[in-house]
Amino acid sequence: MSKLRQLEILVGAFMATGFVALFFLAMNVSNLGAVHSGDSYKVLARFDNIGGLKVKSPVTMAGVEVGRVVDIYYDAQDFRAVAVLGIYSQFDQIPDDTFAKILTAGLLGEQYVGLDPGGSEQVLKDGGEIALTQSALVLEEVIGQFIFGKAQEGAQ
Amino acid sequence: MEWLAALGRAGLSFSARLGRANLLLVAMLRGLPELLRRPRLLIEQLFAVGVLTVLIIAVSGIFVGMVLGLQGYHILSRFGAEATLGVMVAASLVRELGPVVTALLFAGRAGSAMSAEIGLMKATEQLSGLEMMAVNPEHRVLTPRLIAGIISMPLLAALFSMLGVYGGWFVGVGLLGVDDGTYWAQMQSQIDWSEDVVNGVVKSFVFGIVCTWIAIFQGYDCVPTSEGVSRATTRTVVHSSLAVLGLDFVLTALMFN
Repeated sequence: MSKLRQLEILVGAFMATGFVALFFLAMNVSNLGAVHSGDSYKVLARFDNIGGLKVKSPVTMAGVEVGRVVDIYYDAQDFRAVAVLGIYSQFDQIPDDTFAKILTAGLLGEQYVGLDPGGSEQVLKDGGEIALTQSALVLEEVIGQFIFGKAQEGAQ
Repeated sequence: MEWLAALGRAGLSFSARLGRANLLLVAMLRGLPELLRRPRLLIEQLFAVGVLTVLIIAVSGIFVGMVLGLQGYHILSRFGAEATLGVMVAASLVRELGPVVTALLFAGRAGSAMSAEIGLMKATEQLSGLEMMAVNPEHRVLTPRLIAGIISMPLLAALFSMLGVYGGWFVGVGLLGVDDGTYWAQMQSQIDWSEDVVNGVVKSFVFGIVCTWIAIFQGYDCVPTSEGVSRATTRTVVHSSLAVLGLDFVLTALMFN
């Protein structure tokens, strides 16, 4: 084996290792491997308070991810936040009286939208709206209510 | 009056060096078509710059990852958040430590060697000899080194990050008992491909240009004596390290705001 050939093989091995490492970072370390490439349809959900919900937060049903939050904006007409949920197309059997609530993963974890299916025969279509929603739990409000309740107990 | 003149002299010589460095970069880039005709020169430099640096990068990557796993576990377990160990290890490696430590090691291992080699070529008048034979030394000697450095750096940084993630995995999952699935799943859900990984690769690409450029310029611009070569080698390591750390702040501020 000539010297040049040996050199070429070693350099080739080095570059291949580097690319394998990059591929590993892409697939195993980052979310590229898990990115959902399929189509999705959009459903609106209005909340009084979305708390810490962000674009790209997961939308789950029975704990399984069925979509992602695509957009969040404020509706000046009825003073509520609108979250646009991108539901993956294969989950097209979601009843239109589904209940959407903002939940927190763990005590201090990230927030996500949980869907509880209703019993309606009609299914949600693209551009549809989820009427039944429950806002995010804001810790200060809960504590405030608790203290307020205690104070009322004391007054009686 | 004297100190004013000294200040002016320092400023002028600094600008002149900066100008020479930029002219050299342009001259090297103009050698690119010639390099395409002689890929063998590039392969030889890739071997010297990339392959020979793999060992130090691999060993430090593994150990940095292991230390991150250990330190991260002890801090995170105070808050009961050991589950996010994978995120911590991977984010710090992919975003910061991978590109920066690789660049520092690269400057120490490959950059200093490059400077010394080019400086000695200049001191022994090999570069002038090439010119006498109507061979452009900038194209023939410097361009392959620059391109080899630019290609090698992102690959080495990726290797560093990958081995670091496995180092953290070995300590966290293997020795300290973090759940295997949690380690990877949390990492995959929190680390973003374009936000984290691609930005890290962009960083190491920039560091590749800067480190190799400094090394080549210091070697090519050195005073052609033994003392001059030794000073050029030292300066390569010092300037590269400072440039990498300073640029890292700028790039971080631009990319992860």
